[in-house]
Amino acid sequence: MLFLFGYLITATLLWSAVGHAAPPVVSPVVSPEAPVQTSTETAVAPLDFAGALQALNADNFTAKEQAINALAALGDERTRVVLIAFQEGNLQYRKSDGKVVLVSEVAEGYQLTDPIEETDLGVVGKRDVKKITINNSLRRVLREAIARLSLTSERTDVRLTAVGELTGNLDAAAVALLERARTTEQDAEIIAAIDTALALSAVDSETPSVRLEAVAALQDSLLPAVRNRLSSVAESDANAEVKQAAARAVKSIETKLERYALAETVFFGLSLGSVLLLAAIGLAITFGVMGVINMAHGELIMIGAYTTYLVQQAMPQYLEYSMLVAVPAAFLAAGAFGIAIERGVIRFLYGRPLETLLATFGISLVLQQLVRTTISAQNVTVANPEWMSGSWQINAALSLTYNRLYIVIFTLLVFAALLLLLKKSALGLHVRAVAQNRSMARAMGIRTEWVDALTFGLGSGIAGVAGVALSQLTNVGPNMGQAYIIDSFMVVVFGGVGNLWGALVGAFSLGVVNKFLEPYSGAVLAKILVLVFIILFIQKRPRGLFPQKGRAAES
Amino acid sequence: MRTHNSLINRLVQSDRGGAVLLVLLAISMVLVPLLNLAVPESSALHLSTYTMTLLGKYLTFALLALALDLVWGYCGILSLGHGAFFALGGYAMGMYLMRQIGERGVYGNAELPDFMVFLNWQELPWYWFGFDQFWFAMLMVVLVPGVLAFVFGWLAFRSRVTGVYLSIMTQALTFALMLAFFRNEMGFGGNNGLTDFKDILGFDLQSDTTRAGLFVASAVALALGYLASRFVVNSKFGRVIVALRDAESRARFIGYKVEMYKVWLFVFSAMLAGIAGALYVPQVGIINPGEFSPLNSIELVIWVAVGGRGTLYGAVLGALLVNYAKTYLTGAFPEIWLFALGALFVLVTILLPRGMIGLLRRKQTEASA
Repeated sequence: MLFLFGYLITATLLWSAVGHAAPPVVSPVVSPEAPVQTSTETAVAPLDFAGALQALNADNFTAKEQAINALAALGDERTRVVLIAFQEGNLQYRKSDGKVVLVSEVAEGYQLTDPIEETDLGVVGKRDVKKITINNSLRRVLREAIARLSLTSERTDVRLTAVGELTGNLDAAAVALLERARTTEQDAEIIAAIDTALALSAVDSETPSVRLEAVAALQDSLLPAVRNRLSSVAESDANAEVKQAAARAVKSIETKLERYALAETVFFGLSLGSVLLLAAIGLAITFGVMGVINMAHGELIMIGAYTTYLVQQAMPQYLEYSMLVAVPAAFLAAGAFGIAIERGVIRFLYGRPLETLLATFGISLVLQQLVRTTISAQNVTVANPEWMSGSWQINAALSLTYNRLYIVIFTLLVFAALLLLLKKSALGLHVRAVAQNRSMARAMGIRTEWVDALTFGLGSGIAGVAGVALSQLTNVGPNMGQAYIIDSFMVVVFGGVGNLWGALVGAFSLGVVNKFLEPYSGAVLAKILVLVFIILFIQKRPRGLFPQKGRAAES
Repeated sequence: MRTHNSLINRLVQSDRGGAVLLVLLAISMVLVPLLNLAVPESSALHLSTYTMTLLGKYLTFALLALALDLVWGYCGILSLGHGAFFALGGYAMGMYLMRQIGERGVYGNAELPDFMVFLNWQELPWYWFGFDQFWFAMLMVVLVPGVLAFVFGWLAFRSRVTGVYLSIMTQALTFALMLAFFRNEMGFGGNNGLTDFKDILGFDLQSDTTRAGLFVASAVALALGYLASRFVVNSKFGRVIVALRDAESRARFIGYKVEMYKVWLFVFSAMLAGIAGALYVPQVGIINPGEFSPLNSIELVIWVAVGGRGTLYGAVLGALLVNYAKTYLTGAFPEIWLFALGALFVLVTILLPRGMIGLLRRKQTEASA
């Protein structure tokens, strides 16, 4: 009805551009003598960005289509954003003055943005704006226009995405667009992507030689679409030669995919291993140096994770930097707890390892309950900073998530720092001396009580740092420590007590083995198998992979 | 009969704690069912079925603590996985009770337990065969924990895994079993475990008389378990066990096969724990993988520590005390319980290394001095 009404009263594009519901705001550039809507193609040439934008809100779809073409012809960077919004229904007009705006949904209604100035126009109710409607033929026009614009965009990532989208939707128009883009494109990666797309379309060619060439061009691609296409060619192509070539190509692609899948599994294993290492390394110090089993170690990890949470609560506007604060804060917090535990409890129990185990288990219960009563029994949310989310797309078959990647790097840094501390610093020397021969160290004037307290603090502090890393991967809750305690003991037992390298090798190999077993047996069974393996392993090497040698081993 | 009596006499001779325990058990065997069944509910002396079941549960815990005290107190093996043997015994009993449900399950399948029908299983897995027979189930109650303990102990003790290493490995064992039993594919009811039991040996599990019977059975089992344990520790075998607790290398050099002594003690202890589990399940009416959780096993250690290890009756005392405290505190002040338990761990290990019994003895010697 409105549509008809609009048709009747509009003689010029100006009128349709302004729209029937809006007061006649005249865009300064659009003259009243604008060409009538019956003329096509060249009709909107004189419009500028603002005018063409306003013209999108025409009363009929033909006029809208012209406005889209006009906008696209302008070559303005803002156009793409507008057209994408249009496609997604986020281009709307304000009922009060008819202004075309970009909307995004917020809790109170819509957040409006001026597409021309790219400025914030405030939040309005959902009834204050109205969607500019599109139909199916307009959608097609939009898709093409957006693809065309994206292919000529200044930004390479936009161009690459556009090629990817067109590859997934290869029709004649898309091929034409890609062919045109191929002539002007400079970026090697994008050229390769375009070539893949064009080869993919050439596989449908009538001439066998063209098809053969296309298959040859495709055999290096890892896209799932390419593989599916090639395997269907390998099965049903009319030409035997093409068929064979396609079969060969599929095989080579599959070998490559397998290799990348292997690389991915290894990466997952390393990432799990680094988590295990972070959790176990503090334990390796306290267990190895002091012979103390600290069952509260998991809870010290939990304290580190909660410190991250509290740091983020304290500085919500600097989320990006929260990790930088959280790491030292968690180290200090968990370290302080550790020293308190050592001075308050463990020091009375030296030489009675089983009792130490029980007492520290009691501490772990207290710490858990402390968190439950003071913070919450529920899990808390720890946010991932921007730079830790997303993934590193190496190629179509392999992508590594940044948080896991950073944690692997972070773990190795922590490990290196610790190694350096133990080998090069005075404290490290004392720690090693006490570990080797306590009474002799004391005789040489080392204050063994201090060394014990500091060692325990160090091991606990590292547990806290592990908590920061874990808060980025898993749920943070009062029970999180218990999930890691057995695993970290397994690492220490497997690697050998009192040996950081043992912990490193133990953690990474357990992580990788676990991830390799998972596809065959499921995650739970993999874990059980690893536990059984360790039980059997210590039959052969009761002191772990890298046992302590010499007299210290017997005590 | 005479020889039997004299054996008991010999066992409890110079074991005043044990004698007190046995007398108390004998009294409760008579008194508790009497107060529940014969005294009318209106009377102030009436003991509710709930309390009686609770007491029965404590007794099974006491038997479990006794089993742990054997290995920890007398042999120095701190097992953090005894809950696993308890749970395995419980599962064996649970499987028997499951088969007794028969057609009365929700799906009315005479052959398959409800959860198997739910999982769309067509026939009973092979390891469920025989569990409809009581004698077979009871055999499994001791055999399954015993065999597991033998295999694990043989592997561990032969390669001289001792001290904290052994504790960690036992903890890993129970952890692995917990993960395994959580899986539906294992055929033990997964997450929910085995429950909805109807009757045992034809007696309705909900009736007061059956409950009283189970209480008496638990008390008898504890008494017999105590006597058997006392017999073991008083024997030559027991003396060797204590010797290798105090000086393992020396015992080995003298020529004792240390690992065999340890393994058989471990197996015996695991069987006792299995029996405790089997008596526990019909009284609480459920067995699920949570019983395997490492927390349960380590909590059990503190019962023994509180009572005083290396005395047997101390373990019983500790199990009763701590569990009573747990029932009371988790009801009255739920937030306090874990604080209390945690504090108990710390305080007992630092201040009371010999437990309550040690404290009593010290008081006695002070008084007599």
